[in-house]
Amino acid sequence: MYDAPNPATNVDQQDIKITAKGVQVYYGETHAIKDVDVNIVDRAVTSFIGPSGCGKSTFLRCLNRMNDTIDICRVEGDIRIDGDDIYDKRVDPVQLRAKVGMVFQKPNPFPKSIYDNVAYGPRIHGLAKNKADLDVIVERALRRGAIWDEVKDRLDAPGTGLSGGQQQRLCIARAVATEPEVLLMDEPCSALDPIATAQVEELIDELRRDYTVVIVTHSMQQAARVSQKTAFFHLGDLVEYGETDQIFTNPKDERTERYVTGRIG
Amino acid sequence: MSDTTPEYRGAGHHGGTMDTVRKGLAKRKRKQMILQGFGIAAIGFALTVLFILLASLFSTGYQAFTQTHVELDVFVDPQEIPEENLPRGGFRDVLSDSLGQYFPESDMTDRAEARVLSSILSNGAQFTLRDMIVEDPSLIGQTISLKVATSDPYDQLNKGLIDRDTPEDFRRLKDEEIQNFDTLSELGLISKPLNTGLLTNADSRFPELAGLKGALVGSFWVLLTCFVISFPLGIGAAIYLEEFAPKNKVSDFIEVNINNLAAVPSVVFGLLALAVFIGWFGMPRSAPFVGGLTLALMTMPTIIIATRASLKAVPPSIREAALGVGASKHQVVFQHVLPLAMPGILTGTIIGLAQALGETAPLLLIGMNAFITSAASSPFDSATALPTQIFIWADSPERGFVSRTSAAILVLLGFLITMNAIAIFLRQRFQRKW
Repeated sequence: MYDAPNPATNVDQQDIKITAKGVQVYYGETHAIKDVDVNIVDRAVTSFIGPSGCGKSTFLRCLNRMNDTIDICRVEGDIRIDGDDIYDKRVDPVQLRAKVGMVFQKPNPFPKSIYDNVAYGPRIHGLAKNKADLDVIVERALRRGAIWDEVKDRLDAPGTGLSGGQQQRLCIARAVATEPEVLLMDEPCSALDPIATAQVEELIDELRRDYTVVIVTHSMQQAARVSQKTAFFHLGDLVEYGETDQIFTNPKDERTERYVTGRIG
Repeated sequence: MSDTTPEYRGAGHHGGTMDTVRKGLAKRKRKQMILQGFGIAAIGFALTVLFILLASLFSTGYQAFTQTHVELDVFVDPQEIPEENLPRGGFRDVLSDSLGQYFPESDMTDRAEARVLSSILSNGAQFTLRDMIVEDPSLIGQTISLKVATSDPYDQLNKGLIDRDTPEDFRRLKDEEIQNFDTLSELGLISKPLNTGLLTNADSRFPELAGLKGALVGSFWVLLTCFVISFPLGIGAAIYLEEFAPKNKVSDFIEVNINNLAAVPSVVFGLLALAVFIGWFGMPRSAPFVGGLTLALMTMPTIIIATRASLKAVPPSIREAALGVGASKHQVVFQHVLPLAMPGILTGTIIGLAQALGETAPLLLIGMNAFITSAASSPFDSATALPTQIFIWADSPERGFVSRTSAAILVLLGFLITMNAIAIFLRQRFQRKW
């Protein structure tokens, strides 16, 4: 069920989707992210791991400018998606977030019907010309979220009535409904039981074919199971970044080794 | 602790710790009992006071829910009523003549005796008859059956509020008057039906005719104005402050002052309205519109505070979800946060309006305690409101207004309880679990 990362895949030859150079993030006086450089490859799963408070979620939220909504948060440095500076003044974060979807830690469907949950993004961005169009978009998104078969008969039922795992897959469907290129996931399984976690992980593995997936996780097993590349954050520094295989079996940095072997964290 | 204590006391060196814990436990339990006792005592006190209040209101007020009526066969004497000017007719004489037929031994040509007899009838009876005749002049020359209210003293007598054993000199009604009433009573003409006039009549100088219609209509216009002004303004201000305003010294200052505004005594708002709305802007006195405007000033802080609390209570995960799919700030607020906050906002608004409904001081200052005998047909007509009507009645010397004041208070309380019940219902009905 879980493909081990394929060592034959040479990540360096893959397309780079996101480049970050010298990224600094400050929360008021706190220096949360210190000079992070990272290249995230297209159509692969990259996981950010590290102990609590290491800045991995903060960095993830820089990639779709969710940090903009926090008043005291300040982001410096250069982050580019497909070569375009996403912090450029001309970039509208609203447009960016349609291109960079996000799934959150706690499943957070809107208190609306399943259909409206998925249709909301396409509606506000004007992606559907008519109802039939929208129906197609919703069905496609729900299929990509691997939840279509479970909900196709009750699209009018409230999204909040689903189980936790179904809610999270609905949220993934909602995120992919706007046809994003990048999918950010902030600990998407931390509120789920093991069976729901397995379903979501399987889904993440499928999503890799169409999207650049970046996932923050506390579970090293999860990182090892779903990701091809892994970045280890510690105290705001990006300590080590490389093939998932290499990070877990042959880390170069001593801190990484201590973390993946369970001695810090 | 004695050695015979069967409880577990820990082994070896732990024994000391367990003893200490056990001793502390008794003390903690005692403290908890005391705290609970105080709580129950406080609730008991509040309930007792509430019970006394309601009991006293009901015991005096229930009398006002019935009204003594007398049923007369009235011969509409054509000689008394000039056909070219119906409203000018001698309806009072028609009534006293009709009354005379039940007292064969009395001489109705003696004006003094006639006056004593007709004092049984309410002063409004002649107007009731007049309105009937004006509406249907064909009644002239016929004998009609007319049911009219008795005047207040006889109403009191019928309700047992005038003691027949009191010496005549200290009694409102003399022996002769009581006899007259008893004569009618023996003929079976006296009845005590439900006093619908309490809700359908406007104010009157005569307690037996006075009703709350004017006050109810006035309060309706006041609340409508208050709602129409304070609801959108309050919500708008709250949304801006909570969702859009930068968090800095200015917004802190505004926040502090909104909270202060909520604590300003209502009489101050009344003075402000008197000086500004009536003095400067020349708005009409005694008008529900001005009253509503004034109460809107008072209700707005309540609505702002309730709205901000409800907006804050919407979980951040919903905002993040909306932002995450690319909703703009105003879409997040208006399509997600505000609908979810609505039940809380409505609850706060209804509670604010209920407060406004019972507010008296500002309305007194803008002249809504005027004596007005017709219901307002627009918010710009002179009117009274429920609380000011209570104030007016409480101030009136006639005995009949005592029970009517209590009855009016009960009506006001009824409205307040209904509004609060709606607020609670909304809160229960739309409460969301996250």
